[in-house]
Amino acid sequence: MTQTITEKIIARHAGREAVQPGEIVEVRVDQTWSDDLGAPITLGLLEKHGIDQVFDTERVFIACMVNGPARDIQTAGVLREIRRLAGRYRVPLYEFGNAGIHNTIAIEQGFALPGDLIAGGNSHACMAGAIGAYATGMGSTDIAAILATGHTWLEVPRTIRYRFKGRPGRWVLGKDFILHTIGRIGVAGADDAAMEFVGDPISALPMEERFSMTNMAIEAGAQNAIVAPDDLAIAYATARARRAFEPVYGDPDAAVSREIVIDVEGLEPVIALPWLPSNTQPLSKMKGTPIDQVYIGSCTNGWLHDLRLAAGIMKGRRVANGIRVIVIPSTTEIYKQAIKEGLAGIFIDAGAAFSLPTCGPCIGAHMGVLGDGDRCLSTSNRNFRGRQGSTKSETYLCNPLVAAASAVTGHICGPDDI
Amino acid sequence: MWIKGRAWFFGDDINTDVIMPARWLALSDPAELGKHVMEALDPDWPSRIAPGDIIIGGANFGCGSSREHAPLGLKGAGVACVVARSFGRIFYRNAINIGLPLIVLPTGVPAQPQGSEIEIDIGQGAVRLGSGTPVLRGKQPAQIVLDIVQAGGLMPYVAKRAKPAAMV
Repeated sequence: MTQTITEKIIARHAGREAVQPGEIVEVRVDQTWSDDLGAPITLGLLEKHGIDQVFDTERVFIACMVNGPARDIQTAGVLREIRRLAGRYRVPLYEFGNAGIHNTIAIEQGFALPGDLIAGGNSHACMAGAIGAYATGMGSTDIAAILATGHTWLEVPRTIRYRFKGRPGRWVLGKDFILHTIGRIGVAGADDAAMEFVGDPISALPMEERFSMTNMAIEAGAQNAIVAPDDLAIAYATARARRAFEPVYGDPDAAVSREIVIDVEGLEPVIALPWLPSNTQPLSKMKGTPIDQVYIGSCTNGWLHDLRLAAGIMKGRRVANGIRVIVIPSTTEIYKQAIKEGLAGIFIDAGAAFSLPTCGPCIGAHMGVLGDGDRCLSTSNRNFRGRQGSTKSETYLCNPLVAAASAVTGHICGPDDI
Repeated sequence: MWIKGRAWFFGDDINTDVIMPARWLALSDPAELGKHVMEALDPDWPSRIAPGDIIIGGANFGCGSSREHAPLGLKGAGVACVVARSFGRIFYRNAINIGLPLIVLPTGVPAQPQGSEIEIDIGQGAVRLGSGTPVLRGKQPAQIVLDIVQAGGLMPYVAKRAKPAAMV
């Protein structure tokens, strides 16, 4: 029986020869993680139910990345409790001097590998799919059950194959590919499906831009997103792998539920307007829109690659008068490297703030929460009402090149406009 | 068993950021979270929603972030059940796991004035506007979902099973 890459990974982890969409299966989980929002609930449940240890201390970690470093007294108490629980269960903790966003740490540190079955404790865990893994997001109680048993249950998703073709316009990145796709299909367009990305435009992307794409699969309602691991992905994984891995590939003639052609010929950078990631417009229609704040970062676009692109635009320039700009690398490794390469200096000399890793502004937690009337141009993944702060603020989504250029002019524009 | 409740109607794509804004996510007590449900849509929602009320959503209710605080808050506010045409998958799993009843009703509930009394039968997964009116049956959940619900949530379900076994 022929199977897609997603079906094969699930089958392998269910101890089955093959699985079919719609089946409920129990699967072994290779890797999981939690954050400071979920960890108190997740580990608290283990304590409450008398579970003394996690299934494998090397397959779980916690990143205190939303409200950490403690943003107020209450959060400080929550983080203390997380430290106690993490110590009790011997779960590695990332905060302060090794702060980072878990979805990125998992990939960067070789916890997410080709052929893996991953269930991370947040919705953007799907990002790891670009390494050739099945990666999905779950809530705190599901993660507690995984920690207790090393297993979870899944409904095998149908696969929708997105076949990309064409040569995009200048300044277009993987972020634009996914925004364009979500703009076409809507926020439930891949409802509970596996999004498979294929085609020359995908193969031409560096790994980080593939991760930006799979990162936003949840914004189309997908269960997971996946790119079959090519030589680039295998080399990337091999350089960092924490454990042995075995890549999986779908059968070439496997049936998929739908195949959708995404023609990116001449595609312009894409902007997502309030209040949904699917509310997209081409950059040319949005030029001149005034902004108050620019945020370059988030697990979607806080990779070193994104910071290099942004720095390339901002080098030797200043941010526009009255515009607040913050640049946030996703992990401590990226942070260090950005300093070493002089990117941090470029941002600071341009008048931007450069911060330790945190989710902060993406989720309206801290480090630039928006107030009434604020408008932020952001490289993050969501622009729901009140997402970044006040319900009377607005968030527009874009790629890091557009964000950097717009920081210089003070209104939405592209690199050609500065 | 049919129970009555006031129904509050919402549109499509009600995401978990509006159900439970991020500034409350350092809380984990359902009663505390319940004081903030839906407030990003309208600051009056938390005081409007009372125990026993029924939330009626459109398509894709609970989309977006995986924050379990969203269904926890709805439960903490005393919401008896959420009926929607479809649910965001993570929200669906979270609600089942923590014991917030859901009914998937692809055809939707005919629009009524806000706060109208309707009836639900959680055990049957059914909705009707009043006794004698047509019964709207929700989609039959997967057996595993019924098993989790019957056990009282995911953790009791897991605790009951000493070892994971192959599913049928």
